[in-house]
Formats: sequence, C-alpha cells, structure tokens
Amino acid sequence: MSSSETGFDRFCWAAGSFLAVLYALTPIVWILSLSLKYPADLGDNRFWPQRITFEHYRTIFSDAQFPAALWNSLGIAFISTILAILIAMFAAYAVVRLKFAGRRLFMAFALSVAMFPPVSIIGPLFNIWRSIGLYDTWPGLILPYITLTLPLAIWTLAAFFREIPWDLEKAARVDGATRFQAFRMIIVPLAAPGVFSAAILVFIFAWNDFLFAISLTSTNQARTVPAAIAFFTGSSRFEQPTGSIAAAAVVVTVPLIILVLVFQRRIVAGLTAGAVKG
Amino acid sequence: MTSLKLSEQKLGWLLCLPALITMITVTAYPILYAFQLSLFRYDLRFPDSRAFIGADNYLSILSSPIWWEGLLNTVIITVCSVSVELLLGMAFALIMHRAIVGRRLVRATILIPYGIITVVASLIWKFAFMPSTGFINSLFGLELSWFGERWSAFLVIILTEIWKTTPFMSLLLLAGLTLVPEDLLRAARVDGASAWQRFTLIILPIMKPAIAVALLFRTLDAFRIFDTVFVQTRGAQNTETVSIIGYHTLISRLNLGLGSAVSILIFFCVLFIAAAYVKGFGIAGTMTGEEES
Repeated sequence: MSSSETGFDRFCWAAGSFLAVLYALTPIVWILSLSLKYPADLGDNRFWPQRITFEHYRTIFSDAQFPAALWNSLGIAFISTILAILIAMFAAYAVVRLKFAGRRLFMAFALSVAMFPPVSIIGPLFNIWRSIGLYDTWPGLILPYITLTLPLAIWTLAAFFREIPWDLEKAARVDGATRFQAFRMIIVPLAAPGVFSAAILVFIFAWNDFLFAISLTSTNQARTVPAAIAFFTGSSRFEQPTGSIAAAAVVVTVPLIILVLVFQRRIVAGLTAGAVKG
Repeated sequence: MTSLKLSEQKLGWLLCLPALITMITVTAYPILYAFQLSLFRYDLRFPDSRAFIGADNYLSILSSPIWWEGLLNTVIITVCSVSVELLLGMAFALIMHRAIVGRRLVRATILIPYGIITVVASLIWKFAFMPSTGFINSLFGLELSWFGERWSAFLVIILTEIWKTTPFMSLLLLAGLTLVPEDLLRAARVDGASAWQRFTLIILPIMKPAIAVALLFRTLDAFRIFDTVFVQTRGAQNTETVSIIGYHTLISRLNLGLGSAVSILIFFCVLFIAAAYVKGFGIAGTMTGEEES
C-alpha cells in the first residue's frame, strides 16, 4: 500500500517537474530559434527555424554597442552585488543579534526604501548626477542599485540569520573567541546559503534594471544591456532588428544560466552543511 | 552590565550605519527634492515660467481621467499576476523542494525565467505574439492583432509578468519551505496525516512569514510595473500604468513639476499597499524579531 503510494507520488513529482521545466524553457527555446532564423524567414510564423544561420550573432558583435553594454552590465552588476551584500550582512546581523534601541525603526525605514517606486527618484537623480559628474558613469548606476537592493538583502539575510543556531556562537565565545572571531568562524559558514540566496536576488536586480539604465546613461560608457537592447536599431533604417535583438537576448541569457547553475550547487551544498541543527 | 548594554547599542548602530547612510543619500534626499519640485510649475522646455503653485499639480493630476485609468490598469495587472503567481509559485516551490528526478537541474531550470532580463522577457513574448514574427497566431489558427486591442495587450503583459516573476515568488517560498523540519513531516505521515493535511496543518503555518514577505514584495513590484509595458505597448491602447505616466511626464515631456507630483502620488499608493499588508499579516513583528523577545 505505502510502496504503491510512493510510486504514484514519484510519478506526480516527475510529471510536475517536467511541466515546470517546459514552462521555464519554452520561451527560451523560442528566442533561440528566432535568433537562428535567416532574415528572410523571420516572418514565417514558425516556432522552429527551417534553416540555421549565425548571421545575427556576427552582426551584434561586429557593432561596438552590444559588447560595450555587455561589459557594463557585468561590471556594474558584480560590483553592486558585492557591496550591497557586504553592507546588508552587517546590518542584518545587528538587527537579529543585538538588542539595540531603534532596530524596529531601522527595519521600518528599510521597508519604506524597499517600497520605493524607482520612478520617483529618476528626475532628481538625473539632475543631481549631472551636476556632480555621475551621469553616464558606472558609479552612477551602482549607487542606486545598491540602495534599492539593500532592503531586500537585509530582509532576506535577517530571515536566514534568525534560523541560525546562535548558541554555537555563545559556545565559541565561552571558549575564548572574540565576537568577530565567532562571527567569522562559526556564523559565516552557517549563513552562507542565505547569503548566496540574497546575492542572487541582488545581482539579478542590478542585471535586470531598465528604468535607471535608460534615465541615467546616454552612451556606451555606462549603458547596460537592457537599455541597449530596447533601443537597438537595425543596420539600415529600413531593417527591423528582430534577429539582432533575438541574438543579443540569447547572449545575455547564457551567463545568467551559468550563474544560476553555479549558485544552485552552492545553495544545495550550503543547505546540507547547515543541517547541524539536529 | 550597563556598559555591556551600552556597547551593544553602539555596535548595533555602527553595523547598520553604512546601510543607513546609503539609503538616506540615494532615496530619502531625492524624494524630498521630488516633493519640492512637485509644488512648482517647472517644465524644462519653458524653464523661465518656473513658479511656486502649491498643490496645483496634484489637483490637475487627480482631476484627470488619465491618472485614474492608469491606476485602474496598474491594479488590474497587479491583482491578476500576483494571485496566479502565488498558486503557481507554491507549486514550483514544492517541486523544487521535492523533485526526485534531477532535482538540481529542475531547481536551476525553474529559476531561469527570474534571471532573464525583464526587457528581454517582454521582447520574447512580444515576438511570439506579434502577427509579423510570432508563432502564437499560426499555432492556434488565430488572426489576432494582440497589441492592437486593450484586453489582448493586457493578457500578453500579464502572461509575461507571470512567466518572468513566478520563479522569484517560488524562490522566496522555497526559502520558507526549507525551514520545515523533515522529522515533523515524517512523524505526521506515520500518524496518518494525508499529504493535504501535512501541507495545510504543518507546512503552511511554518511558511506564513515567507508567504507574507513574498506577497508583499511581489505586490509592490507588480504595482511599479514599467519595463514590460514600455517594451510591449509603450502605453498604447490604454495600457498605461502609473509608472509609465510618471516616466512620460518626467522624461518624454520634461515636465519636472507635474512628473514629480505623479511620482509622489505613486509613492503614497505604494505606502498604502505596504501598510495594508503590515496590518493584515503582522509582518513588522516578524521582520524585526519582536515576537521572539
């Protein structure tokens, strides 16, 4: 009885997994097949390409705009992630572990920043950045990205930190470790899965942003991929850049898939290592 | 004892200081600046006619049907996408947690749409539905101009939103799901609890904070929807959302006064939504860990 139920369960989970994978991948396969179509076939209304060409990929990499945008996006997203996570870790640790007056106020303030509609500050930031020379630079985008991801990072980290067996820290301090040693040697390894989850969220926010990218940049110097793709122009005025856009979309999706795979492995490893609870 | 407490106070604020300074400099100061701008007639095309006009900008927005239609559009998109996302996201979280065959691959695959740039996702779905390049019409034998009508444009926008952000929802839900002790579930199973009972009586209560946080973030995020609408319709066919109205007023028409007033109104809408959630779920207590002390 129970073994047949397990077999049925297994089938259901496998079927569910299959549907979920189909859901996630169909649009990706569609853009891939669109990017491989000959320009003449772009309007054939078929899902699969009839003939395959890499022409669109050659086009986007022979132009200066797309490689520059790719470099800007990677650099800006990485720097934003590292800084935001670093800042958020200190704050989340303090909120969870230290009973200081005003931590409720601090979290409420973080909440109000998390709610912040980015469209509210693009006007002022546009003016301010231009006057202090941050307009169309990397720091000009990194600063708002750090700021707007801090609340999400702090909240996620605080939620994870709350689940950590902090008694271990106490034990380490009894054994003579300083507060910082206890934090570094005991808590950081336990907190790693939460930190990586938060890092994924922050990186993807920065990688994804469109509104700041089109409002605070104007040239290849800092214009990121989303802004570049949205305003792609064809090689001639009369050509629709559908193929180029599709190829660019595929190219920016590849590093992301790699990233998700790498972080996924570390999250699972961290979760099993964190099973010290028992 | 007192000095220990005092040093804890100091250390607490010291650790929060970098986050606090960053957030104040890049959000609090600009929003005050935006509030100040919103009280002026200030059009960059006619900079000489700048003048203090009090609440006139707000009055002209609130008496305009464009704002109210934009608000209605935003609410429709938010409610439709977030409610579907919660159900689908929960299913995905369970699959990611339980999947037996190729679990790592299944998890990673489900996360992929979340990592896809919103602009790219919008373009993918736009190309799929557009009569010129798309396969949807030929697949279903339709002759529909999807972006030529309001309801069908909405449908594509909402589908794009759901596809793109359900993984975010399920990632946050998964974080809560991993906190459910396996022993408890095994014990309940031994005691004869059905899968549905285990889900509603054990998993859901433990996950409640995670669900609340996921819903809050997604609702606020959906309410600020900009990229998808901008790429797919640019607000044509009466699909303008409040963020699109704000952007068009600020950047396209360079009307800093009126645009800032729109920004401030959006800010208050968002404040209202958040307050409703905090009251409804008691999120504040959960987040600050007050319930534990």
